[in-house]
Amino acid sequence: MTYPSRFFCLCDPGQVMRPVMCTRREKSSYTPPPAKYGGRHTVTLIPGDGIGPELLNHAQELFRFCCVPVDFEVVNVDSSLTSEDEINNAVTAIRRNGVALKGNIETNHNLPPSHKSRNNLLRTSLDLYANVMHCQTLPGVQTRHKDIDIIIIRENTEGEYSSLEHENVPGVVESLKIITRVNSLRIAEYAFRQAREKGRRRVTAVHKANIMKLGDGLFLQCCKEVAAGYPDITFDNMIVDNTTMQLVSKPQQFDVMVMPNLYGNVVSNVCAGLVGGPGLVPGANYGKDYAVFETATRNTGKSIANKNIANPTATLLASCLMLDHLGLHDYASMIRKAILRTLSETRLHTADLGGQGTTSEVVQSIMKEVQKGGPLTSEKI
Amino acid sequence: MASSRALLSLSRPLQTVWSGRLGSTVKVFGAVVPSRREKSAYTGQSIPPPARYGGRHTVTLIPGDGIGPELLNHVRELFRFSCVPVDFEVVNVNSSLTNEDDINNAITAIRRNGVALKGNIETNHTLPPSHKSRNNLLRTSLDLYANVMHCQSLPGVQTRHKNIDIIIIRENTEGEYSSLEHESVPGVVESLKIITRNNSLRIADYAFRLAREKGRRRVTAVHKANIMKLADGLFLQCCKEVASGYPDVAFDSMIVDNTTMQLVSKPHQFDVMVMPNLYGNVVSNVCAGLVGGPGLVPGANYGRDYAVFETATRNTGKSIAGRNIANPTAMLLASCLMLDHLKLHDYATMIRNAIHTTMNETQLHTADIGGQGTTSEVVQSIMRHIQSGGPLTTEL
Repeated sequence: MTYPSRFFCLCDPGQVMRPVMCTRREKSSYTPPPAKYGGRHTVTLIPGDGIGPELLNHAQELFRFCCVPVDFEVVNVDSSLTSEDEINNAVTAIRRNGVALKGNIETNHNLPPSHKSRNNLLRTSLDLYANVMHCQTLPGVQTRHKDIDIIIIRENTEGEYSSLEHENVPGVVESLKIITRVNSLRIAEYAFRQAREKGRRRVTAVHKANIMKLGDGLFLQCCKEVAAGYPDITFDNMIVDNTTMQLVSKPQQFDVMVMPNLYGNVVSNVCAGLVGGPGLVPGANYGKDYAVFETATRNTGKSIANKNIANPTATLLASCLMLDHLGLHDYASMIRKAILRTLSETRLHTADLGGQGTTSEVVQSIMKEVQKGGPLTSEKI
Repeated sequence: MASSRALLSLSRPLQTVWSGRLGSTVKVFGAVVPSRREKSAYTGQSIPPPARYGGRHTVTLIPGDGIGPELLNHVRELFRFSCVPVDFEVVNVNSSLTNEDDINNAITAIRRNGVALKGNIETNHTLPPSHKSRNNLLRTSLDLYANVMHCQSLPGVQTRHKNIDIIIIRENTEGEYSSLEHESVPGVVESLKIITRNNSLRIADYAFRLAREKGRRRVTAVHKANIMKLADGLFLQCCKEVASGYPDVAFDSMIVDNTTMQLVSKPHQFDVMVMPNLYGNVVSNVCAGLVGGPGLVPGANYGRDYAVFETATRNTGKSIAGRNIANPTAMLLASCLMLDHLKLHDYATMIRNAIHTTMNETQLHTADIGGQGTTSEVVQSIMRHIQSGGPLTTEL
């Protein structure tokens, strides 16, 4: 068998509008990444802190039960260390495998500002420029709003999260928000392509260009330019404050939303709150060559760690997104159906949804649903 | 008394020029220079601005664009009907002109009168970036550093959440709204977010003092210090320092994304919130959405010497302008806040009670809250309630 040649392509962002260079990791949803070593994929697993480890254990348990052909390479990142070795190891592992599933790594506020957020480092090193969160009301979950179906595409590498701050004069801090033309074009292009692939009608750009005329003005302009190339999709824009107000009163008007980093953070959290909380929504970070899956709202959940009360739905749905990404669609839909059946029919809810179930009970119930669904489980084989 | 007032009024032009020029943040912890507009509690509770010319106040009125002019006309009509001793000095600001004379005239008028009631002035996106937002210019020139929005559910308005009572205090002059942007390299824009120690201490102090005065138990600082360690870290640290001087008020902090998520699921956990400019914008709009929409909540901008009142969410409402369907509640409640600021509490309570009666008992709602009433019908109803409430109207 040919030795798979792994090279990670350090493409510069200037290549956005030219034909995309083909690499082994071309993730345009046409070619799955290569399965290695006898048909089994290897995926990096970063447990993180708080509820991450226990939930990812459940994900591993579920995968073993369902005989999913995925092996996990576990890389621990200790958030209390100041050296960046551990996170660099994790980044190397992801470069090797191409796909990762992670829990959130805690950022300690008491450490000096030179200690950067590990999650942020990971995202920027791997250039995971698009954070996609598909917010859907799940059947069986009681919420104040019904029928929400919004895809939020958030720029993941620049904007307010550039970590460039300085204090020229004592007592005056300047924090730089960077918006670049290439990144804005790239994320707008991603958003419209996703909208077209998923058959969506409308893309809304969220901005604050009345105040930040150059910064968000550039973002908006890039979105308009890209929109011109997709005449089948309607494009409009909305200021972020009006957007959040509309979201809490009439969220059904939104279809696909694209926005810079900080607004994406706020809007995605508002939407997560609308569909039932942080325990229900999975998120995905896509780059040109890599993909990392995690919960959408990136909570560490320190206060509920190890109490067996965390909601595993978000992490498990994120693992289903990962399986879809790897091309293992049958396994993904099998697990997803089992999760939805547990939520809606069995109504086994954890405490954050107002129920009484524990994490392990929910996972057991999902496994039972999977078993009922078909023959492919480790019990029968 | 009258002679000393006359004497002071002669030195007033000099003083307003001088104090307006400085507007500096250096004075936060030094001895505050007494001015005619001394609001030592920053909430306008201690010394009222001078009533001039026979007991009638003069207030600057800036109609703005969109629904501003019609709603402010209703306010004037209501004040005339209720015999409120306030005269309005109308200053028009044309948002399409590029020179800054109009807004400078408005600022001078506010410096003269001390108090203003305004509609939102539209910012045209298509004009070049050198054309700054007029509202922002007004806020920074007058150093209106605190934007206070008291978000309360009105019982008669149908909302998904009941009994919300949150005070949001938002830093109004710096943060992301500094309008300092540049494009050093073509295609790369750097936008500066400025956080200063003085302004953060000032707004935190304002928040805790307001919490104490209103008998509130808890102040929550909203930030994103895990990512913006220096900037929001400084803000958070200033809040902590000020909190230590107010042991009777509990202090905690929350990251902005978690805050917005908690707001849509469990808004009752919040009491008083203090935050920098952009988060304040988003959070106040979320709260406005929770209590029923932009037509219901009034907002106030306080500075050391001046106060400007407007709707909390600062909407221009171009699409509903001139159609008699806008909700006048926010603007009318803002005018009540202004009357409270001018110490005309009786009038303020009278109008506020009438508004609440119309909202809750008569249930005459405009289209934005699901009703069928027009703006004029709502205002007429409020006037009827005032008339039935007591003798002080022009009909008699």
